[in-house]
Amino acid sequence: MSDTTTPRGDWPLYEVFVRGKRGLNHVHVGSLHAADDRMALTHARDLYTRRNEGVSIWVVRSDLITASTREERDPFFDPSADKVYRHPTFYDIPDDVPHI
Amino acid sequence: MTTTESGAPPAPGGTGPADLQERFEATIARDQRVEPRDWMPDGYRRTLIRQIAQHAHSEIIGMQPEAAWITRAPSLRRKAILLAKVQDEAGHGLYLYSAAETLGVDRAELNDRLLEGRQKYSSIFNYPTLTFADVGVIGWFVDGAAICNQVPLCRSSYGPYARAMVRVCKEESFHQRQGYELLRTMTRGTKAQREMVQDAVNRWWWPSLMMFGPPDENSPNSAQSMAWKIKRHSNDELRQRFVDMTVPQAEALGVTLPDPELRWNEERGRYDFGTPDFDELVRVIKGEGPCNAERMERRRTAHEEGAWVREAAAAHAAKQASRSKRGMAA
Repeated sequence: MSDTTTPRGDWPLYEVFVRGKRGLNHVHVGSLHAADDRMALTHARDLYTRRNEGVSIWVVRSDLITASTREERDPFFDPSADKVYRHPTFYDIPDDVPHI
Repeated sequence: MTTTESGAPPAPGGTGPADLQERFEATIARDQRVEPRDWMPDGYRRTLIRQIAQHAHSEIIGMQPEAAWITRAPSLRRKAILLAKVQDEAGHGLYLYSAAETLGVDRAELNDRLLEGRQKYSSIFNYPTLTFADVGVIGWFVDGAAICNQVPLCRSSYGPYARAMVRVCKEESFHQRQGYELLRTMTRGTKAQREMVQDAVNRWWWPSLMMFGPPDENSPNSAQSMAWKIKRHSNDELRQRFVDMTVPQAEALGVTLPDPELRWNEERGRYDFGTPDFDELVRVIKGEGPCNAERMERRRTAHEEGAWVREAAAAHAAKQASRSKRGMAA
């Protein structure tokens, strides 16, 4: 993902997400420039799925994505850092108790 | 799974220059990837932009030598293969521009730098493709050399570059194999065809070895790039790997490589080989190769002739957008 917009009035930047096959999530694969949404979709097909790499594509203008910033990286994820009790290994279970 | 032991000291969380530098170096030392929004030294960013952009430019210019043979391919099968290959080269250029843009550089700016000659592309594409055997030899040598260079780049420290390289390497194997198969077909043909293959091998061998760049002692930026893990192996090491990989393939094909010094070194377990003419490399990079002017002229013309398409698409997009806005207002 990139922060760049279109400083010189060129075609906007789109981020591309491809579902590799049924049962999998869409995954970010890269970006491209296109004049509009439809062109972004056909370019994404030509660029990122030339060898059956996908069964579904999402494109979204890069400037429409909201992302956590570098500056707030550590504080932003702090709430999950100290909650070890959210993990199954936090709990001591006797070895002879089955299926748990 | 990540669990934090209670009582462990907090990760370095400062944002001063020293903290940022330290965190960056720790990421590199742990062999983790640097990602677009991370802080990185200016030199690291500049080096990456230059390397990725020049790599992208090479893919784009690299379409030309082979594209010259699309209309003259000897069969529909070869034509379809060649079209797919040249389309891949365009794709590789676009993956790489996409990676470069994550470093905050604008695509149009990169394009200008190429068209104005401010950034270079690989020296190899400044040689002419004289016969159809050249198409095969480019696949075998040039794409083979590219594989040697690019496979280690799949572990490059900059995430978007490494990921683009994974994608490129998967496709590069098709390029190399189609070239080798083409040559095998020709070597099993007439005597004239065999001579054509040998001639193409003779012309492309040394320029292919030059693709790996100057020798290590004359490659001032290599040490820093390797410390940053942008680059994983030295130019000479990669050149050696290419020779070791290619010699048995040449034997299987029944062609000779034009190097009288080429011989197996039992002690090293590798091939010894002669020194490429690095003065020629410097001349070709400076613009004095046989096709530099032609390649640049072709690229500029293609860009200019495509202007009306870009303008029409932008006008269409603007019109559609204003219509849908009116539709919403109604």
